[in-house]
Amino acid sequence: MPAVSMTVNGKPVTADVDSRTLLVQFLRENLRLTGTHVGCDTSQCGACVVHVDGKARKSCTTFAWQVEGAKVTTIEGLARGNELHPMQAAFREHHGLQCGYCTPGMIMAAIDMVNRKGNDLDEKTIRHELDGNLCRCTGYHNIVKAIHAGARAMKGGMRQAAE
Amino acid sequence: MSVTGIGAAVRRKEDFRFITGKGQYTDDISRPGEARAYFLRSPHAHAKIKRVDVKAAAKMPGVEAVLTGADLAADKIGNLICGWMIHSKDGSPMKMSPHPAIAADKVCYVGDPVAVVIADTLAQAKDAAEAIKVEYEVLQAVVDPARAKTGPQIHDVAPKNTIYEWHLGDAKATDAAIKSAKHVTKIDLTNNRLVPNAMEPRVAVAEYDAGNDSLTLWNTSQNPHVARLVISAFVGITPENKLRVIAPDVGGGFGSKIFIYPEEVVCLWAARRTGRPVKWTSDRSEAFLADAHGRDHVTHAEMAFDAGGQITALKVHTIANLGGYMSTFSSSIPTYLYATLLSGQYAIPNIYCEVDAVYTNTVPVDAYRGAGRPEATFVVERLVETGARELGMDPAELRRKNFIKSFPHQTPVIMNYDAGNYEASLAKAMELADVKGFASRKSAAVKSGKLRGLGYSTYIEACGIAPSQAVGSLGAGVGLWESAEVRVNPTGSVEILTGSHAHGQGHETTFAQLVSERLGIPIESITVIHGDTDKVQFGMGTYGSRSGAVGMSAIAKALDKIEAKAKKVAAHMLEASERDIEFKDGKFTVAGTDKSAGWGDVTLDAYIAHKFAGQELEPGLKEGAFYDPTNFTFPAGCHICEVEVDAETGATQIVNWTAVDDFGVIINPMIVEGQVHGGIAQGVGQALLEHAVYDKDGQLVSGSFMDYTMPRAEDVPSFKVGVTVTKCPSNPLGIKGCGEAGAIAAPAAVINAITDAIGTEKISMPATPAAVWAALKTSPLRQAAE
Repeated sequence: MPAVSMTVNGKPVTADVDSRTLLVQFLRENLRLTGTHVGCDTSQCGACVVHVDGKARKSCTTFAWQVEGAKVTTIEGLARGNELHPMQAAFREHHGLQCGYCTPGMIMAAIDMVNRKGNDLDEKTIRHELDGNLCRCTGYHNIVKAIHAGARAMKGGMRQAAE
Repeated sequence: MSVTGIGAAVRRKEDFRFITGKGQYTDDISRPGEARAYFLRSPHAHAKIKRVDVKAAAKMPGVEAVLTGADLAADKIGNLICGWMIHSKDGSPMKMSPHPAIAADKVCYVGDPVAVVIADTLAQAKDAAEAIKVEYEVLQAVVDPARAKTGPQIHDVAPKNTIYEWHLGDAKATDAAIKSAKHVTKIDLTNNRLVPNAMEPRVAVAEYDAGNDSLTLWNTSQNPHVARLVISAFVGITPENKLRVIAPDVGGGFGSKIFIYPEEVVCLWAARRTGRPVKWTSDRSEAFLADAHGRDHVTHAEMAFDAGGQITALKVHTIANLGGYMSTFSSSIPTYLYATLLSGQYAIPNIYCEVDAVYTNTVPVDAYRGAGRPEATFVVERLVETGARELGMDPAELRRKNFIKSFPHQTPVIMNYDAGNYEASLAKAMELADVKGFASRKSAAVKSGKLRGLGYSTYIEACGIAPSQAVGSLGAGVGLWESAEVRVNPTGSVEILTGSHAHGQGHETTFAQLVSERLGIPIESITVIHGDTDKVQFGMGTYGSRSGAVGMSAIAKALDKIEAKAKKVAAHMLEASERDIEFKDGKFTVAGTDKSAGWGDVTLDAYIAHKFAGQELEPGLKEGAFYDPTNFTFPAGCHICEVEVDAETGATQIVNWTAVDDFGVIINPMIVEGQVHGGIAQGVGQALLEHAVYDKDGQLVSGSFMDYTMPRAEDVPSFKVGVTVTKCPSNPLGIKGCGEAGAIAAPAAVINAITDAIGTEKISMPATPAAVWAALKTSPLRQAAE
């Protein structure tokens, strides 16, 4: 069993894991960070998106050992106490979630979208960039609104929260 | 309207935990010492099981147990059941086959469980499953429902693979009306088979407490009490009082999490056998083979018109595919949830519907968002639209002409519509959709090589499921009331215990809004508790858009009792007659005086009980209620879809969507709009993208998100959503329900728009680019252009 070491939400962690262990299993089962979800087994749904060194990554198709030494941010690492990240706040304000299962991956993907594409995102860009995330509840209407608003709100700071 | 009361777009109380990753879904639960379950599933659609050899598997590292159908039978674990009895035309009962949780003698679909491995880790369980040797005698599979009656017989109890041949309505009168009609529109439709695909796959965690000989099941359920009842009383795992079922945060259901499935039964049984907690988490690919599918109808229908365009009759014949076994509510979906809605929004004097339900070697089929009502709407709305085109009438005008205009209205197919205003929702939708400007948009589209079409769907549904006596007379094995308990704490905060279950609907917010409005207390002081059979005594769960109309009515009824009791306490405190106590905005006052007491003072006094004698008034403030509805509710509305079809590629783009719905009284418009959006997207998915496809051997070809096309953000537009309101007279809050409307309305709107664009009715769902392109080649439009 190889040892893996990484920084997760600012805390250094080390563990011996089976080499087959996926990053999402490591987060959920070893670290009990269950906010990151698994919605499929073909890397299609994006419920498992986390940030690795500031970039969105599907943790269901990443082995834990592949991110050796990296800085990993999960949905649990976004808010500072009760102060929500602007993207989290936007999802609540615009009713961008219903059952909540796809939401962590959506929020992590949305922040990455802003980091790559800037704060002024039009509807077309948002819909196109959401290609890797599935939601079965919302019909995407309010997710698009939430990301549009969240992206603008991120101008005010906390953009680095995901890094 | 207060800022948190009925009608306010209150932001959801439940969201904080979901957006911060602190939700608790079933897979987030781990029990000390738990083992993992992995199911070995049949790779064949139809086969006899000759031998299952588990010896090698049982010796693999980490393996706790390898269990088979023979072990299940030896332990006398009962079969899974279908809980709604349907009788055939000839009076014979439906032909329900035995359905063991693990197949013992034969397998009936690809994915039918044949063994389960319980091991320390999931990887060990999977490795051991590979070492199980199963010898099959492969039989010819029955896949196509239209040919099921002539295929090899799957179950001994069901000759010709026929479960029932059911009918509703007046055959003679309908035939006579069709015969004498000026015009008859005929249509052949396939309602494509769908996979529900809630984003959270199903999970079961079972734990045995040897000290008390009791079991606990955490599962992804829309109705944990019904699961507990069926698993106890029918499957016979353990008595009801020895089983606790907890459905915590559930990541979407859409019907697929109503049913009692093999896996949760097996986990409970295995947990007791091994003495270890047992956890099963479905993979997505496994979910495609293990979760009940939806729809799958083959229909021929005819609608008769008189010279003035008045509908005089509707005749429908449907073959409904129920799959390899009868799932929990499968029998009711293509019968009482389908044929009873065939009158649509129209005054149709004669209706007759025949439904043949058949077994095939496919995954069981059961309720999926809308459940029978999308299928009915698709039949009616495709016929009306096609009829209008054949008669050369405007489709809106033909609808208007046939709308039911006075209420209550008794249809020829059981339902008694209590309230509605169909002209209002049509008119508002046409205005919002700018139907007047469509012609110029169509000409503009032609210039860029696009064919533009507009389609209506004026749908109706029956929700608020359902009056227990009525459904009992139709064969339901359960009553469909709902329960509520209101527990007021000494400090005045309140817990609401409900038999409804939320899996995305936002009950923690809307139910609290009702209580806030009634008691005049902030919603922060109100907690909604659901989904635990140890906390909530009994409940029927959430499906069929029933939680507002039925679940909240139960809460309202319990609140009436709370108010009555609190007034008694206040009367003692204020030394006044109970009759003189008035309660408003959280304050008790004595009529005609300045004497008053606040909510918190009265609740505290109810528990301190210093001001009244115990023999006069019981201390405490807690009341319960069971609410049984007096009728179904009838949400209805008009959706208008506008598409552009690329004539070169057949690709369809939805360019405008307008929905105007009548849901009765709305508690939280933000949540209601969200429900409409989600429903439309699922309906658009059915119309354009989704299809569970089996090959001739019964292999599911579209068995993962790589092959089964789920709607993505780019596949749907932003939606224009509006409402019209007629209050529902059949429940105290005037609510009709909104959860399924979008999925019911959308498919017909999309196909009506595409057929309008391409000039031929010959297109089936899903209308993929290839299908539209092929249809275009036969279209008079294309032929005219060439």
